[in-house]
Amino acid sequence: LTSSIQRVLSGLNLLLIPLHNVELCSIRLKIRMDGEELTEQETALYDRQIRVWGADAQRRLSKSHILVCGLKGTVAEFCKNIVLAGVGSLTLVDDRVVSEEALSANFLIPLDENVYSGRTIAELCCDSLKEFNPMVRVSVEKGDWTSFGVELYEKFDVVVISCCSLATKKSVNGKCRKLSKRIAFYTVDCRDSCGEIFVDLQTYKYAKKKREETTECQLQYPSFEEAISVPWRVLPRKVSKLYFAMRVIEQFEEAEGRNTGELCIEDVPGVSKLKKELCEANSLNESYIPDALLERLVGAKEFPPVCAIIGGILGQEVIKAISGKGDPLKNFFFFDAMDGKGTVEDISNPNNGS
Amino acid sequence: MSSLQQLSATKDAKVLMVGAGGIGCELLKTLALSGFQDIHIIDMDTIEVSNLNRQFLFRQLHVGQSKAKVARDAVLRFRPHISITPYHANVKDSMFSVDFFKQFNVVLNGLDNLDARRHVNRLCLAADVPLVESGTTGFLGQVTVHMKGKTECYECQPKPAPKTYPVCTITSTPSKFVHCIVWAKDLLFAKLFGDKNQDNDLNVRSSDAASASEHTEDVFERRKDEDIEQYGRRIYDHVFGYNIELALSNEETWKSRNRPRPIYIRDALLDKPALQNGNVNKSCIFEDKSSVSAMTSLGLKNPQDVWSLAENSRVFLEALKLFFENREKEIGNLSFDKDDQLAVEFVAAAANIRAASFGIPLHSLFEAKGIAGNIVHAVATTNAVVAGLIVIEAIKVLQKDADNYRTTYCLEHETKKMLLMPIEPYEPNPSCYVCSETPLRLEINTRRSKLRDFVEKIVKAKLGMNFPLIMHGPALLYEVGDDLDDDMVKNYAANLEKVLSELPAPVTSGTLLTVEDLQQEFSCHMSIKHREEFDDEKEPDGMLLSGWTAAPLVEKDDKKAVGNGGSTSNAFAADLVDSEKDGDVEISEGTDIEISGKKRKLCDVSKDPIPDPLSVSDETRNHKQLEKFDVDDDDDDDEVEMFDDWESASNKKKRLR
Repeated sequence: LTSSIQRVLSGLNLLLIPLHNVELCSIRLKIRMDGEELTEQETALYDRQIRVWGADAQRRLSKSHILVCGLKGTVAEFCKNIVLAGVGSLTLVDDRVVSEEALSANFLIPLDENVYSGRTIAELCCDSLKEFNPMVRVSVEKGDWTSFGVELYEKFDVVVISCCSLATKKSVNGKCRKLSKRIAFYTVDCRDSCGEIFVDLQTYKYAKKKREETTECQLQYPSFEEAISVPWRVLPRKVSKLYFAMRVIEQFEEAEGRNTGELCIEDVPGVSKLKKELCEANSLNESYIPDALLERLVGAKEFPPVCAIIGGILGQEVIKAISGKGDPLKNFFFFDAMDGKGTVEDISNPNNGS
Repeated sequence: MSSLQQLSATKDAKVLMVGAGGIGCELLKTLALSGFQDIHIIDMDTIEVSNLNRQFLFRQLHVGQSKAKVARDAVLRFRPHISITPYHANVKDSMFSVDFFKQFNVVLNGLDNLDARRHVNRLCLAADVPLVESGTTGFLGQVTVHMKGKTECYECQPKPAPKTYPVCTITSTPSKFVHCIVWAKDLLFAKLFGDKNQDNDLNVRSSDAASASEHTEDVFERRKDEDIEQYGRRIYDHVFGYNIELALSNEETWKSRNRPRPIYIRDALLDKPALQNGNVNKSCIFEDKSSVSAMTSLGLKNPQDVWSLAENSRVFLEALKLFFENREKEIGNLSFDKDDQLAVEFVAAAANIRAASFGIPLHSLFEAKGIAGNIVHAVATTNAVVAGLIVIEAIKVLQKDADNYRTTYCLEHETKKMLLMPIEPYEPNPSCYVCSETPLRLEINTRRSKLRDFVEKIVKAKLGMNFPLIMHGPALLYEVGDDLDDDMVKNYAANLEKVLSELPAPVTSGTLLTVEDLQQEFSCHMSIKHREEFDDEKEPDGMLLSGWTAAPLVEKDDKKAVGNGGSTSNAFAADLVDSEKDGDVEISEGTDIEISGKKRKLCDVSKDPIPDPLSVSDETRNHKQLEKFDVDDDDDDDEVEMFDDWESASNKKKRLR
């Protein structure tokens, strides 16, 4: 044991100081990867969570930069979670002005017209989020994020988008993938009492620890476009119905040129018709996408308890991806309050799968 | 099932939240957003810095203020027109009577200890108000609905009790770091800084008992005008050197165990006393009492570092010195507090030196603090998820949608593709002594055990009653209350000292006692059976209660301790799990997940009696915590094992449908 320790230490250009016999058998060596230590303030504030994921993970969090586009209730929850976790910075993008819908599930916006009048959702959320953790740099980026250039994404380690069209999801995901820097990409959407998260970590390597052993794992994630191109008939029979339902609505909105959340009850027949066409084209039995489910999702507001749940799960996933600790989910997560299940679905081409 | 989003369900509801901590903050926020307009919230705690990583309604400037009140103010900022009534009080207080509970449509728990949960459970049963229970530990979480008559109550299934260790393991044969911590905290720290009149097992019994007892009286007392540095060294040498030598003289103990090494200060520090003093910043002035710290004084910056034996020894001596120099008035009254930096430093150092002596790996201050302070690891995300699940169940309760109540588990690893796993609730346990009428059974030596023993060990400790009333038929044997006249008080005091068979209404085999707690409005019956002998090791209390569902966890020594303090078979309450005032996390919820697999194997309820108290695996949250830090730990990985029979479980008759 002594000689192997010496070999490791000499490799790191450290001196091995002769130790008292008793010390030699009782000391456990901790070799730090980078020189920085957590400040006293950080140690005190983050004590309880450092006991969950360790000081190294906390350090990595403090160096990470997150971009969030599209701020509704669920994303507000997510932002709260990662600010509390102690990320390095959080950049918010949402130029919309406050509306009744924006207020309904978003606890970051005070219900005072004097305060919110004339300000964008991003600005208001930014003010509140800063209060949760003064050590995190929270800022606002203005502009139409659906057409941001590739260079803008380079500053970030994680990109989370919401409330956008199918085309935007593909496009932003594509830009993140273009960069040589590996950026973790997520989409998140909640409708009625349902929620969906999509994860793209591209090629993700991490160390998986089980009891005494540490094994190197690698996961290969498809892009959003690749994932949704997987033919429906190829997917396992028990795939969450929510997956299909969300794709139908996504395509309907795209085809009709409608913004997310603008659909209403009158659109239901149109959505149902599209569903039939898609099922036929995919040789999928219509029963996989009940009309009742589609009705719930069309034009429905977010449901705050589901925002909390989805925002929590998403927060967890982003923390895992940044810290490199824990098994990240691959690649879709669904929750439906009607049955209460939170399910992970692997929607990827079996040939390219991990 | 009607839409969960219907406002009508929530806007007229009156809900009670118990706990404004980690779960509480998330819950209050979600309730407000979900349309609830009349919320009451009880929490006796004030805000601490370590809360701020997840209890997001609180800010640095709120430290020291009431959680219930600050939470309310914060939520009113984004929902100014709803009614939130805060109570900065203990839920066990008599003002929270059954009538108080009756005014609510549903009660939502966000507690962090078993005691309070049991209390609320009983009151909700008495008031017939549905209760939604919950708990989180790190990434694990659980939400359950309890409805009298429809589902099991919180106490229908066994909940693991705090982990305890045999005295000899702590005083003589530690094999894990946690044993060293318990020694340092409950023995050494208590002896040096706590109540001097308390019994203390600190001194090792040598083969020569006579000489030992004479010696021990003065050894820990600082002699008049004794130099503090000299005192420190003397104590050090006594507990780490002399006592170990004494223990070693007991050959039998070490036959199949590794022998400890005595450590004396002169060896540990490797340098002369004079030099040692030179390293210490003598003029280290501390701003205030609370910032007094041996680490600061010695220039040790990082609480995550594992100190060497020499460093630990210096911290030990320095901490002791600082206590006497800066906090002398407190000595004799101090109890260990995890937020007392100096106490934590002392205990960590002492535990490490002992560990070094016994060949047990040393730990950092950070780790030691966690173990000594029963700190539960906690993150915001799990609490947020659980809060969402609680509100969903609460709405089902308000909509009287009983068929859809679920118990939901938040899992760390996918199980059958799920991270959130709902299962149907269980029917009430007909043998549950809390929510059913079935009597408990107590085996006890009625000719030797006194009423006092019965009250302390059974009624209070096991049944969780705070203000008990004990009757034998119409005869009142004992009660507690403000309205008792002096004669009654005298009578009861006398009764306590009598053995059961000699009470005014003698308690013997076949007697049926009624035991009540009026405040909890909880009553149960107990049939008594006389038994002459009890096993000292397995039944150290000299009593056996059955039909009662919680089982004490006692860690067994790997090897038999022969003739080494063997007569003290009292389990050593390590305080390692439970009653964590710090946060919002509930230990038993974490382990609940593991044992619920065993729930499914319970036989068909109508016929078979409750099996013996389950021997729950060693999966306390503390061990999970230790696992994360690579501690030498022989416990199994805490993967959720229960769902082996997932398919068959859904067919089980015991389920609600």
